[in-house]
Amino acid sequence: MLEEISEGIINALRLILSGDPTVISITWRSLAVSGLATLLATLWAIPLAMIIALRSFRGKRLLKAFFNALLGIPTVVLGLILYLLFSRSGPLGLFHLLYTPLGISIGQSVLVAPIVISFGVSSIEATSSEVKDLAKTLGASDTQVSLKVAKEALGGVILSVVAAFNRAFAELGIAMMIGGNIANVTRVLTTSISLETAKGEIALSIALGIILLSIVFCLSLAVNLLRRS
Amino acid sequence: MPKLKVRNISKSFGPIRALKDVNFEAEDTGITSVVGVSGAGKTTLLRLIAGLETPSSGEILLDGRLEKEVNLRKRTTMVFQKTVMFGSTAYDNLAYGLRIRHLSEEEIRRRVEDVLKVVRMDGYERRIARKLSGGEQQRISLARALILRPEILLLDEPTANLDLGNAGIIESVLRETASQKQIVLATHNLAQAKRLAAKVVHLAEGFVAEEGPPEVLFQHPRDERTRRLINGEV
Repeated sequence: MLEEISEGIINALRLILSGDPTVISITWRSLAVSGLATLLATLWAIPLAMIIALRSFRGKRLLKAFFNALLGIPTVVLGLILYLLFSRSGPLGLFHLLYTPLGISIGQSVLVAPIVISFGVSSIEATSSEVKDLAKTLGASDTQVSLKVAKEALGGVILSVVAAFNRAFAELGIAMMIGGNIANVTRVLTTSISLETAKGEIALSIALGIILLSIVFCLSLAVNLLRRS
Repeated sequence: MPKLKVRNISKSFGPIRALKDVNFEAEDTGITSVVGVSGAGKTTLLRLIAGLETPSSGEILLDGRLEKEVNLRKRTTMVFQKTVMFGSTAYDNLAYGLRIRHLSEEEIRRRVEDVLKVVRMDGYERRIARKLSGGEQQRISLARALILRPEILLLDEPTANLDLGNAGIIESVLRETASQKQIVLATHNLAQAKRLAAKVVHLAEGFVAEEGPPEVLFQHPRDERTRRLINGEV
């Protein structure tokens, strides 16, 4: 087994270094699909996180608890719900999203939005308690206070977006159930690893696994370095 | 200078009554010091005057006119006990209040240079504010308030936890400023109140126990709670 793994790693490195077209196309598709998912989630999740963090309203704690609970939702359950919604006879069937890259992106965006909201709210709340009063006493209007808090909490909010991207990039359930793992159309890194392992193509699986881990690791590292600087 | 008058102010946080029917008038210029032990209500009182909290009942008047929180925020600036720096340079921290008032960048630069001299920190413009020492950060906090030229400057324990050097600089800046500005200084440091204040207000458990000139209040306290505070029995 160890021999098989080491041979797999050597073959994997060969595939990566030779710029294997299959590996490259799957990697680009994964980046595009999960990047779009993160963008879609961020568009509404950050403003919502700001409202939850900065406003006082009835049910605020319940709403925060709801999004915190969604952090642990199993991807296959979400995949199943979305499958039923996107399938031809489902309420969103008319949009023909099933087995499309856009369908995966929308599904992943639903999965990762709670990450942006929960982590974003925590980050903004941690900043806002002090910055809010300071900005107010320096003469800022309510809008200027919100902008200042957002600016000061930016580092934490970016981290939440990166965490969301990593989650989307590394998940399997939605990509498999909504995308269907169709070659050259909806096949992404995680579904490919699953398929190639089942086929016994260990080298390709390991190559894709190395790429997936490297991207997640490098992105997190880059953001941490950026925050420090 | 506006005449600050606090009339029958009470403030509750849920079941806790932080201030109960507080009345006092600040000196026209100079330092009015609010003294009392931790939890006496000093910070709450300053936050109400700064317009950062809404009183449960009572009024805050400037020149005899009732002022709402928005106006109080325009006419006062508060320096907090815990220093808070924006995540940028000392210059940007000092410039923030002026930028939102749409002053020209040239005027801002001039005022920043001047105020840094006042707090003995010339040349600190480009330093990252959060990397400064605690004492330097508190001096930047004071400068950030002074640069706005507020009518009333509110200071909440500005030298608590500072070394003697930084505390001394802050005290001398306050002394220099006091002739042109109305300052309300909350402190549990009685020696500091004695050194700086023209008037002392003793808050005890949310009430004004006693007020008066420091030489009278500290030498001949009329209230038993004030006497115990001075003797260190609380």
